[in-house]
Amino acid sequence: MTIAKAINRALADELAADEKVLLMGEDIGSLGGVYRVTEGLKARFGADRVVDSPLAESGIIGTSIGLALRGYRPVAEIQFDGFVFPGFNQITTQLAKMRARTRGAASVPVTIRIPYGGGIGSIEHHSESPEALFTHTAGLRVITPSNAHDAYWMTRQAVRSQDPVIIFEPKRRYWLKGEVDLSEAGHRGLSAFEAQVVREGTDVTIAAWGPLVPVALAAANAAAEDGRSVEVVDLRSLSPVDFDALQASVEKTGRMVITHEAPTFGGLGGEIAARLMERSFLHLEAPILRVGGFHLPYPPSRVEEQYLPDLDRLLDAVDRTFAY
Amino acid sequence: MPQTPPPTPATELPDGAVRLLDADGTLHEDARFSPYLQGLADETLQRMYRLMATERRVDQEGTSLQRQGQLALWVPAVGQEGAQAGALTALRDEDWIFPTYREHLLALGRGVTPGQLFELFRGTAHAGWTAADHRVQPYTLVLAAQTLHATGYAWGIARDQSDWDAERRAAEGQVVLACFGDGASSEGDVHESMVFAASYDLPVVFFCQNNQWAISVPASTQTRVPLARRAAGYGFEGVTVDGNDPLAMHAVTAWAAEQARTGAGPVMIEAHTFRSGAHTTADDPTKYRTREEEQAWAAVDPLARLAAHLRATGAAGADPDAFFADVAAEGEELARRTREAVLAMTGDALPTLDDVFETVYAEPHPLVAEELAWHRQWQAGFADAETAEGDAS
Ligand SMILES: Cc1ncc(C[n+]2csc(CCOP(=O)(O)OP(=O)(O)O)c2C)c(N)n1
Repeated sequence: MTIAKAINRALADELAADEKVLLMGEDIGSLGGVYRVTEGLKARFGADRVVDSPLAESGIIGTSIGLALRGYRPVAEIQFDGFVFPGFNQITTQLAKMRARTRGAASVPVTIRIPYGGGIGSIEHHSESPEALFTHTAGLRVITPSNAHDAYWMTRQAVRSQDPVIIFEPKRRYWLKGEVDLSEAGHRGLSAFEAQVVREGTDVTIAAWGPLVPVALAAANAAAEDGRSVEVVDLRSLSPVDFDALQASVEKTGRMVITHEAPTFGGLGGEIAARLMERSFLHLEAPILRVGGFHLPYPPSRVEEQYLPDLDRLLDAVDRTFAY
Repeated sequence: MPQTPPPTPATELPDGAVRLLDADGTLHEDARFSPYLQGLADETLQRMYRLMATERRVDQEGTSLQRQGQLALWVPAVGQEGAQAGALTALRDEDWIFPTYREHLLALGRGVTPGQLFELFRGTAHAGWTAADHRVQPYTLVLAAQTLHATGYAWGIARDQSDWDAERRAAEGQVVLACFGDGASSEGDVHESMVFAASYDLPVVFFCQNNQWAISVPASTQTRVPLARRAAGYGFEGVTVDGNDPLAMHAVTAWAAEQARTGAGPVMIEAHTFRSGAHTTADDPTKYRTREEEQAWAAVDPLARLAAHLRATGAAGADPDAFFADVAAEGEELARRTREAVLAMTGDALPTLDDVFETVYAEPHPLVAEELAWHRQWQAGFADAETAEGDAS
């Protein structure tokens, strides 16, 4: 099934499993969401549990916090990445801090789903990758699936988490199809907050997440033609980052390229590079390189290809790690 | 007191709403607002109709261009021409407009070319025109944000004009039109902008186009009462107007602008109207709207109503058929120019990422300079590779 369908299925299964779960967001009911991710859920679970909210992100997040304090498990949809900011205040100053502020007495199991990232030829505010703004805030968990199987299981695990979880859904991959093992053992013991090696290799590691995982895999294939063995790690979780998995990989290969769509400066790539320097300095054959977006507002879509990390830029970085 | 949500289909006007022109084109007297139609020249009425009809034609071209893959998205404004034409013609050229993303008539009427208008939707720019040239700010996609900008701009006007007397204000004072939708009215920014506008008596006209739907969500989810009633809670006046009546829209906007211009503070206008097409070309209204509702609204289409009035009163000139034929021809011509302009935005006419590098900061920024240098070198590498390939073949 597609990633969109996998998320839909995960939400349906959680709604069915726990009557405290409820969905809310703009246009998620009758319309089924602008990406149809919540299609059919209102018909099945009712307008009480799949709520077309007023058009107000601060309201959506803020009331989700209140519902969570009352024992519910709200799953809020933000329609697009660029529209999360009217709710940013509630997410960063309230949702993230509620548990610590109450010295652990209050959990706020709110899940926030945000379609994110570019590459779909859209207009302003529909292509952004603001993940670092959230990973920088303690108290939130941030994840991003890259394939249908993970989308299903990670969504279910997020809804069940006692902590607030933000799921960044790579919108340009919504229609990417893949096998999903729905059986209870389907997640194979892998938590939503762990990374996964999605391709084994020995010469260099590419660390990627969400929309860029397929690009990293394509780069690995292309590099293989040049006789280079690339390992690809899908981070899956951006907060926490599974540094053990990354460390194991980079100590095996000695080289690493980190790629993300968000601007390189101040992005998560810098944090990962710095940590791995501390952990694995003596195992590195080359500095860890980053391939990300520029320090620019996301550009008009006709030039987004020049902005987005692509196969060529990844391969160039891979080459450069061999130049040391 | 419990309030009942507005009925759907909501072609019925809420109590107290202003309508001056009936569906068949006859004009009513209204003690308060009719005076604002006095002295309305036939040319202005003709201009209103022309703006409405040509915008509709360009708008249809937008949908076809999107269907043909030439635009990333189009946001149709069909059905809302009356609200926009009435408001625009009641403003002065010096007044400022802070639009959202569906104010095509306001932009075109202020001299923005279709080519400039379509850049956003083609994905070649975030804003195709220079605001100061038209006193129209760029379209805003984050809902309601511009209502605060409008209020701040009006604050600046109020400061600049603080020592003006009433006469000078009436003659030269500027006002700001803050556009937003029924959906956006739920955003906190609208609340805060109204608080600021009221606190400092700012010359803002809040212009809410209640087209009944925020994508798939009916206005009744955003409010239990006509939106204009909210203004009372902030301490200024709100008026609901038949948004498909361009003359009522003109009169009420002229009144509101006069209030704001002369220092009486903000006013809110709720145009009760309908978007007859999809929310955008990415939307499928059959998922949430009924045929009956669309038909009920089609019966009160603003173009037909103004056309009937122009014919009945002779305002369309001695030969009304010739007038309407002329407008239709102008619409075709504008549509042709629109298509031409859009198709020309390709190849060398496209912006490059360099444009973004050059405009992101006003002053030199070392990181941007470094990344730009890298980007240029990277692009040049491809150009070299192409030349090399070319040479080889
Ligand atoms: C802050 C924000 N949230 C969500 C969106 C996505 N969105 C775009 S238009 C729209 C509906 C707006 O409805 P309304 O304000 O009534 O204006 P209309 O489109 O009907 O003219 C939504 C939800 C957005 N653009 N900005």
